[in-house]
Amino acid sequence: MKTSTVVRQHLARLIGERRQRLENNMKTSTVIRHTLTHLFIIILGVFMIYPIVWMVVSSLKPNNMIFSDPGLIPKAVTIENYITGWKGYAGTSFGTFFTNALMMCAVAIVGNLISCSMAAYAFARLKFVGRGFWFTVMMGTLMLPGHVTLVPRYILFNTFGWLGSYLPILVPKFLATDAFFVFLLVQFIRSLPLEVEEAAIIDGCGKVGVFLRIVIPLASPALVTTALFTFLWTWDDFFNHLLYLTRPEVFTVSRALRTFVGDAGAVTNWGGALAMSTLSIVPAFILFFALQKYFVQGITTTGIKG
Amino acid sequence: MRTMSGIVKFLRRNIVAYMFLTPWLLGFFVLTFYPMIYSLGLSFTDYDFTKPDSTQWIGLGNYLKMFGSVFGQSEFTASTGEVMRVDPYYIKSLTVTFAYVFVSVPLKLIVALAMAMLMNQKLRGVQFYRAVYYIPTLLGGSVAIAVLWRKLFEKDGLVNDLLGALGFTDLPGWITNPKYALWTLILLTVWQFGSSMIIFLAGLKQIPQEYYEAASVDGANKVRQFFAITIPLLSPVILFNLIMQMIYAFQSFTQAYIIGGGSGGVLNSTLFYTLHLYIQGWTYHELGYASAMAWVLLLIIGALTAIVFRSSKRWVSYGVGE
Repeated sequence: MKTSTVVRQHLARLIGERRQRLENNMKTSTVIRHTLTHLFIIILGVFMIYPIVWMVVSSLKPNNMIFSDPGLIPKAVTIENYITGWKGYAGTSFGTFFTNALMMCAVAIVGNLISCSMAAYAFARLKFVGRGFWFTVMMGTLMLPGHVTLVPRYILFNTFGWLGSYLPILVPKFLATDAFFVFLLVQFIRSLPLEVEEAAIIDGCGKVGVFLRIVIPLASPALVTTALFTFLWTWDDFFNHLLYLTRPEVFTVSRALRTFVGDAGAVTNWGGALAMSTLSIVPAFILFFALQKYFVQGITTTGIKG
Repeated sequence: MRTMSGIVKFLRRNIVAYMFLTPWLLGFFVLTFYPMIYSLGLSFTDYDFTKPDSTQWIGLGNYLKMFGSVFGQSEFTASTGEVMRVDPYYIKSLTVTFAYVFVSVPLKLIVALAMAMLMNQKLRGVQFYRAVYYIPTLLGGSVAIAVLWRKLFEKDGLVNDLLGALGFTDLPGWITNPKYALWTLILLTVWQFGSSMIIFLAGLKQIPQEYYEAASVDGANKVRQFFAITIPLLSPVILFNLIMQMIYAFQSFTQAYIIGGGSGGVLNSTLFYTLHLYIQGWTYHELGYASAMAWVLLLIIGALTAIVFRSSKRWVSYGVGE
């Protein structure tokens, strides 16, 4: 064997080993980096949901132990807080508040689905005089702070005799005032293929027929997103409930929770407050885990809230 | 004949379209446009909800009531000849709100972007992590969480228990101490970075991986890559998040209301603008003054949005190659 061949082979082996080592190093470093990332995300995640878990756990502790025990494993478990909390406010129980809130949300969803999809179909598919103008106006209302219409709406609803009822909250839903959903549905309908609608029109289907039989079924993912966020925002809304729902019999859950906090901010029944707070977040939790993919769509299109 | 049928077709098309638009149009005129004009008009009056018949035109009275203290006045004579008191808390509510918005919004966006970048790796379980990090946002706006926050940051609350276990002593009641009360609300807002994070994550996924590879071949380190690739390509998303979060933050109400027990907290340290508006309008029934406050809020938000939009020409790039 020639010396040069031996040297070349030796060199080749050396280079090969070095490359292998480098690759191994990189692999190890990626593994280390990923492990550290996982660790960081998990620790921060635990830190972030700790308050919520603590709330759920504390709602099951006897009232006197909520203050003395920051831990997550209760030394004694009781459902007493749920019983005292459920009694509610001024003789009306949380059973009523939950029923009120659920019924109100159901009607709100129906209203938004009908009115927002109608407006969205017009903006996305129909040609009419003033379309560009009205679309700009609609997008403008998206950014309008609600307070600027608040007082006249209140006066208006008062002259209608609607104060103390759900109408000030529900009637606007039937008039597509939540421009976010109009926008979301416009975006979605525009992305649908035109061919099906054109074929239907050739077959003699009118615009109403196209809307009801083709656009609505095809837009169902966006409609689910609309229903979902309508529920969450109506359920969580407090300001409108505070303004308009003035009698305990018509209180919603979020309005009723406020009654646990006294006017100076003092809370007498912490156990009951935490128990009912826990119950109040259950619907949002169920929807979140059942309909996760619709959340991402809703967030990335409308992008507001929180 | 031909033009006749053309006109009929045109009319029919427009009638059908406006039929679809009717609910929205009705809502716009009755619940947005007319109330806006109406509230602008009310803002120049002393309209009181309990005695609407004695409403008088007071010109700029409500606006002087807001900003009179800037000129060192505590009262002034309105156009009706009546002596009006300057609102002693208005400027306070304005500074509280500005402090809240200008601290919480950038902090929230920075945390959201950092977490989005951390999650934009090929990691197992990213879906799950994303869901967990979204939970505070899902629940954060509710009364339930506001009640919980009060409990967490009280003098004998969970936070102090944990800090005490770590050896800290002489801990304040975070919510009852005017020095810290606003910070608990800022923390509550930043805690809800989930939706901004998801929007950033969607934006990050749009950036082609090749850009980073090319940059690292050229010897650009991670920091350089972040400022030369990530930030410019993400800038439209940053702009969107910034504007939406800013508009939203100015209108925060529930958390301050619950945590302050229906008031602006100790020494009005958490007197948010909208909370002050609510108290003026619905506790004192001064709906004329509340209308004026709402219009000033609209102008503030409008002006800031315009400034951000104008500045965006300098820092937002649309598309590659600019």
